[in-house]
Amino acid sequence: MDVSIKNIRKEFQGAIALKDVSLDIRSGELIALLGPSGSGKTTLLRLIAGLEFSTRGSIYFGGEDASAKSVRDRHIGFVFQHYALFKHMTVFDNIAFGLKVRKKAVRPDKMLIAKKVYELLELVQLQGLEKRYPSQLSGGQRQRVALARALAIDPTVLLLDEPFGALDAQVRKDLRRWLRALHAQTKHTTVFVTHDQEEALELADRVVVMSAGAIEQVGTPNEVYDHPATPFVYEFLGSANVLPVHVRDGHIRLEGFETTIATHHPNGSHQTLVDGRGELFVRPHDFELCDERHHAIPGIIRMIRSFSGMTRLEIAVTGLERLITVEMQRNHAKESAALAVGARILIRPRQFGLFPSRSDSAAKSAEISQIHPHLRVIQDGAG
Amino acid sequence: MDNPTHYDGHPGAKLRRGSLQESRLVTGLLIGTALIFLALLLFLPLIIVFTEALREGWGRFFEAWGEADAIAAMKLTVLVAAISVPLNMVFGVCAAWAIAKFEFKGKSLLTTLIDLPFSVSPVISGLIYILLFGAQGLLGPWLHRHGIEIIFAVPGIVLATIFVTFPFVARELIPLMQEQGTEEEEAAISLGAGGWQSFWLVTLPNIKWGLLYGVLLCNARAMGEFGAVSVVSGHIRGLTNTLPLHVEILYNEYNFMAAFAIASLLALLALVTLGLKTALEWRHGAELAANKTH
Repeated sequence: MDVSIKNIRKEFQGAIALKDVSLDIRSGELIALLGPSGSGKTTLLRLIAGLEFSTRGSIYFGGEDASAKSVRDRHIGFVFQHYALFKHMTVFDNIAFGLKVRKKAVRPDKMLIAKKVYELLELVQLQGLEKRYPSQLSGGQRQRVALARALAIDPTVLLLDEPFGALDAQVRKDLRRWLRALHAQTKHTTVFVTHDQEEALELADRVVVMSAGAIEQVGTPNEVYDHPATPFVYEFLGSANVLPVHVRDGHIRLEGFETTIATHHPNGSHQTLVDGRGELFVRPHDFELCDERHHAIPGIIRMIRSFSGMTRLEIAVTGLERLITVEMQRNHAKESAALAVGARILIRPRQFGLFPSRSDSAAKSAEISQIHPHLRVIQDGAG
Repeated sequence: MDNPTHYDGHPGAKLRRGSLQESRLVTGLLIGTALIFLALLLFLPLIIVFTEALREGWGRFFEAWGEADAIAAMKLTVLVAAISVPLNMVFGVCAAWAIAKFEFKGKSLLTTLIDLPFSVSPVISGLIYILLFGAQGLLGPWLHRHGIEIIFAVPGIVLATIFVTFPFVARELIPLMQEQGTEEEEAAISLGAGGWQSFWLVTLPNIKWGLLYGVLLCNARAMGEFGAVSVVSGHIRGLTNTLPLHVEILYNEYNFMAAFAIASLLALLALVTLGLKTALEWRHGAELAANKTH
């Protein structure tokens, strides 16, 4: 079912948890709410569920205003972070709960309930465990019972709060793959909350990146990773080198350098760059080594580390406080014999993002964003 | 690389073991002192209660129990407990539910008030009822006009007992329910359960052992309460005498044997309570300690 969130604002005793958030979730989509703790992602999930109510704004379920509906009437499936399985009930009774508590008129008879439970047990691959109690299950099994319990009521939307948060790394990876396959099979509209970028990028159809109670960017995993809309997204998704630059006459110069370090425009845009101070975001693997000084940044290698197919260089550049991190394929690095600690090299960004300097005044940022509408400026992200 | 850390850690561990060895004497002394105190203050009196009660043989012992006033006292004690314990159970569950699962103004005040009976002398709490409902009390004349008797009658005893015993169930449940949080209830209502369904099917089963524990202690105190009940009862033999008050009357009449025989009944109640309490702790200790293991 389509879920539409319109200008939702949530305050907890004066503290703002969500600042006028809007989001459209399409039917059958698998959506990740990604952000650090305190970004408002869990609050947003609980608002969709009806476990919290917004201070302002509305939520539509399939075109119908559900803002005032209680969690009971929204027919959502909610999987809690710590599963919240009923400890004193068997796996069978846990899964059957949502059907057993229905009013007599709409309650399926015992045979039907049992049939449904066994179907779900098969779906989550827990056949034969129906008589166990939650305490007799592993973390991954509990997770799947919680999922089966939520699916038993044929939910309009499936909501998962940090679904893999409490599991160890290997189980987490297996379950992730399994959940992806399950979603492909059942096609439930699914929203899950996570602070793990890898999880969001691997699992979701679309990723909603949140920070400080606002949505920073919504897009497919490729969009948000390759074309981050804000400095926050750049730094939160993967790592990035941040270089202070100066823009003059359409050229980008590293502060204190005379040569331009790039001529092409960020994100393939062809708009004129506005003069002023800015920050250039370059991912470690978006640097390339080059031979000529043209558009290149000169530096000295301080450290070389190779692991799992990658070679990582830490490069000191005159005038920059922080070392620049560069990553490349290990066999690629082997080819260039010049790589040694202390060697002078030239690097060039292949791809980058340019944002107005966050230390500049908000007025200036606004000015730049006017000319570069694709560069969303978050005023409070500047602090 | 690993070696130095290991080396560093080792002497520290040795030192700790050494300091434990040194304190063995101190540990022994502490345990010894505690045991002597227990023997003097608990075991010795308990033995005396039973030896005194049986001094004149089993026949006289049961005779004391079978005496009309004693039977009346037993009946009254059971009646008072039968009224006050269920009421406190309901109150305790309500208060614990409210405090543990909701945020509201005056929550800390309510928590403090629940503890009040523990901090006030039982005699004072009895006296408060006299000042409220007594003949010269605030509501006394009105009650008298309508023919309602509270003080020196069974209602007063019940009220005093309820007041004195009301922290037991709530005190036991509040930390337990706080520890369990609201996730399971949220899960229940998200699956379509109503408020009552979620209480009966989820909340109550989760707190049942803690509730039983609290009820057990509440009952022991309700049957054994002396101070508050003594003030409001009026000590009318066969009418407003509970077991503890009956013991006092017999003792004051130099009827030591009978006094001890009745006292042994109360002591027996205490021992049974203690046994059940220990069994509960042993069997369901994890749940009572509000342990969050699933």
